[in-house]
Amino acid sequence: MSTTEVPPAAPHVGRSLKRKEDPRLITGRASYVDDLTVPGLLHAAIVRSSEAHARIVSVDTSAALAHPGVVAVFTGEDMADLLSPLPMAWVPPGVEVNNPEHWPLARGEVNHVGDAVAVVLGDDRYAVIDGAEGVVVEYESLPVVTDPEAALAGGPLVHESLATNKVHEWSLGGGDLEAGFAAADVIVERRIVNHRTSGSPIEPRGVIADYRTGSLTLHSSTQVPHFVRLFLALMLGISEERIRVVAPEVGGGFGAKLQIYAEEVIAAWAARKTGRPVKWIETRTEHMAASHHGRDQIAYVRLGAKSDGTLTALHARIIADFGAYLMLLTPVIPSLGAFVMGGVYKIPAVQTDITGVFTNKVSTDAIRGAGRPEATHMVEVCMDQLASELQIDPVELRRRNFIPKEDFPATTAFGIVYDSGDYHAALDKLLDHFDLDGFRAEQTELRQRGIYRGVGFSTYTEICGLAPSRVTGPSGFGLQTGLWESAMVRVTVTGAVIVYTGSSPHGQGHETTMAQVVADRLGVDPQQVEILHGDTGTGPMGLGTYGSRTTAVGTESIARATEKIVDKARRIVAHQLEAAPDDVELIDGRFAVRGSPGKGMTLAEVSGAAHIPDNLPEGMEPGLEATNFYDPENFVFPFGAHACIVEVDADTGKVEVIRYLAVDDCGPAINPMLIDGQIHGGIAHAIGQALYEQIHYNDEGQLTTGTFLDYCLPTAAELPTFETDRTVTPSPVNSLGVKGIGEAGTIAGTPAVLNAVVDALRPLGVTFLNMPLGSMAVWNAIQEASA
Amino acid sequence: MDVSMQVRVNGESREATVPPRLLLVHLLREQFGLTGAHVGCDTSSCGACTVHLDGRAVKSCTILAVQADGAEVTTIEGLAAADGELHPMQQAFWENHGLQCGYCTPGMIMAATDLLARNPHPSEDEVRHALEGNLCRCTGYHNIVKAVLDCAEKTEVPA
Repeated sequence: MSTTEVPPAAPHVGRSLKRKEDPRLITGRASYVDDLTVPGLLHAAIVRSSEAHARIVSVDTSAALAHPGVVAVFTGEDMADLLSPLPMAWVPPGVEVNNPEHWPLARGEVNHVGDAVAVVLGDDRYAVIDGAEGVVVEYESLPVVTDPEAALAGGPLVHESLATNKVHEWSLGGGDLEAGFAAADVIVERRIVNHRTSGSPIEPRGVIADYRTGSLTLHSSTQVPHFVRLFLALMLGISEERIRVVAPEVGGGFGAKLQIYAEEVIAAWAARKTGRPVKWIETRTEHMAASHHGRDQIAYVRLGAKSDGTLTALHARIIADFGAYLMLLTPVIPSLGAFVMGGVYKIPAVQTDITGVFTNKVSTDAIRGAGRPEATHMVEVCMDQLASELQIDPVELRRRNFIPKEDFPATTAFGIVYDSGDYHAALDKLLDHFDLDGFRAEQTELRQRGIYRGVGFSTYTEICGLAPSRVTGPSGFGLQTGLWESAMVRVTVTGAVIVYTGSSPHGQGHETTMAQVVADRLGVDPQQVEILHGDTGTGPMGLGTYGSRTTAVGTESIARATEKIVDKARRIVAHQLEAAPDDVELIDGRFAVRGSPGKGMTLAEVSGAAHIPDNLPEGMEPGLEATNFYDPENFVFPFGAHACIVEVDADTGKVEVIRYLAVDDCGPAINPMLIDGQIHGGIAHAIGQALYEQIHYNDEGQLTTGTFLDYCLPTAAELPTFETDRTVTPSPVNSLGVKGIGEAGTIAGTPAVLNAVVDALRPLGVTFLNMPLGSMAVWNAIQEASA
Repeated sequence: MDVSMQVRVNGESREATVPPRLLLVHLLREQFGLTGAHVGCDTSSCGACTVHLDGRAVKSCTILAVQADGAEVTTIEGLAAADGELHPMQQAFWENHGLQCGYCTPGMIMAATDLLARNPHPSEDEVRHALEGNLCRCTGYHNIVKAVLDCAEKTEVPA
């Protein structure tokens, strides 16, 4: 389907400009961490635990040290001078959170396969891998638990000192739940499993640490360079001004690089210890075994409704498997889901109760969507289950319960305020592109021939644009940080524009979209606007790129800094051309005097005047530069309607996605082509989880999906061409009216796929499924239903 | 014991002394400074390291450097014309937003040019299957497939 576009009013914003980033990327000239080198470099390889739970009896490094090319081997005991363990950034007021110490190299005990035990340093990439093979670790095995429900029900303790596997209990709710369920004519109850997945950016993680000058420079493939600097300072006892962290070209993140990782600390520590720069590059197997995972929740969901479909109450009791340790945001993730547990529906009572659990697996943390995909999956799967029980069309059931447009800003039962929305418009537009009646007729006809097709819908909203610090900070939700963003806009003497952003993109195209916004406000070409990011050594502190926050918070900060430039430019022009500042406006790339179009100055002329200040207004400082720190007043809530059409081979259980349609609303588009790209990737991520991707540990805690051969990302051959369109509902929260879009496809996608498969298989008696919907699982479900 | 070898890379004759187990991708990246071919996995799954060896796409993480002795290798750095004019496939990826983080892109472009050399006018299905050995996490392949089809349409005789 073709997207319906409104012609943009501005010269650059609203247009699908080709990306400024691409020339270096398509010619192989970009520099990711592993492309960089430093004189005297030592390579590092990590010795990782083969045991899921064990005491470390001894570590024999002699064979490794004897290996040619190996320079040093260090263990957890060697790193005893660290001032603190790896961080976890959440202290929710009034909630007890069990948080065991988590050291970069294990001290005495390993708690999951892949836990780091030692680091081998040497002159050659191959030599250190050989050396790591030569490190002999003697383990005394301890009992293992991998099932979170078994862990809660008296299973083996992951951390004996805590005397429990429970991490915490946390709830969010509002409205009278009991009355809501009492008023219901029908209550659907389902156990919904959202299995463990890997972020798997195609660039694995990597670090280069250099301490030769007595200051630390650390290049890391990270989404959060400023956080990395902060925690390196705290852990290593190096003052922040002597640490520079750079995120160079970063090859995707998807949340997997929103972390403070052991290897960043190990490399920095080892560089200081040895006096030589240290490089560590993650292998894919290490990514699977030691980078944080996502999802892994079991939810007991109850959804109540009147017989006409009116929703009365929703309750989700979530058991969240956090793995062995709490990393930066581990216990926060399911709570982010609670913030949108009601979805796009008007429900008088909603309650989410979360229990976090330790198991002998890698920690879970933020992966694309981070809690919101899980919550959306619960709500949207249950909506279809309810529709089936009530014999109401799933689309009609959704329509009857949408929060109406006139209710916005809409306060949910649990106290979150959705900023803006028009859910009917998105669904209407989706159905403009998809002939549901025609599909139903064809579906019935095909079933006669043993061909099983189904359609699944998902209407969603999500919470992003993280975040108003007063809500999320220490005295509110409990994050030990602000979540504002920063920008510094500098106009040089020749009129070139350099923007320093605290955001840290890794594929999103912000060098292009941010330049579009700045260019329109300053009357210049986006090519003249350079966006610098990902470097703590330039510009003000920032908080990084995650949670679909960069456009709504980071670009808004840039827009606000740019407005300060505009304001100063108008005063300079007014002074030089003898007009009132209020009469100066940007016309065709010149700051001109209203009514006298011949009188005006270009940005370069204004900046020249600002830098050679012989004729500035009295008291005005020279230069043309502005800084902004922007803390949003509220979150933003993108929304939309998705439909997935599948065909299931009833003989083999194989699911094929035939069509996938998506109408999404993230407010006014800055670059429509890039929005579509985010949606495509997000949907692919969701289809991947729904059908193919699963991190699996066996009962002994051994990871059985440690490579791309057994952890199956979808390839081009598994996916259809996506059909996308948009509605435009501006957010009142920021001046751009924008909402995030990086995670929307992933948040909306999995229930659309699952609902489609169930819809296809209803004639065979299949009424409910859990992901992942691999051929074996689907085939088994068909057999069970027909037994 | 290290082995002497000679290989033409992007039209230039290069000599190297390499350990027999050195992978071609590491020869290219670390000895020749051609870092456009990337490593994304350990199992020949992701294709980020794809280069052309004697005119055919190969995964350079799965070839020993010594196996390229006497061969002709083209990497992403050698695809554009000497004057910097982009190869039509590079241009098509740019125009169709066929990349986001860019990490899979060199391999994806090398695999796609190999496809068009063998099959100048593939169907969408043929493009999708030809790229099965190259993983992308960002784009959902939508715009990659579009770029390859666009390039095929615009190019009479793909290089």
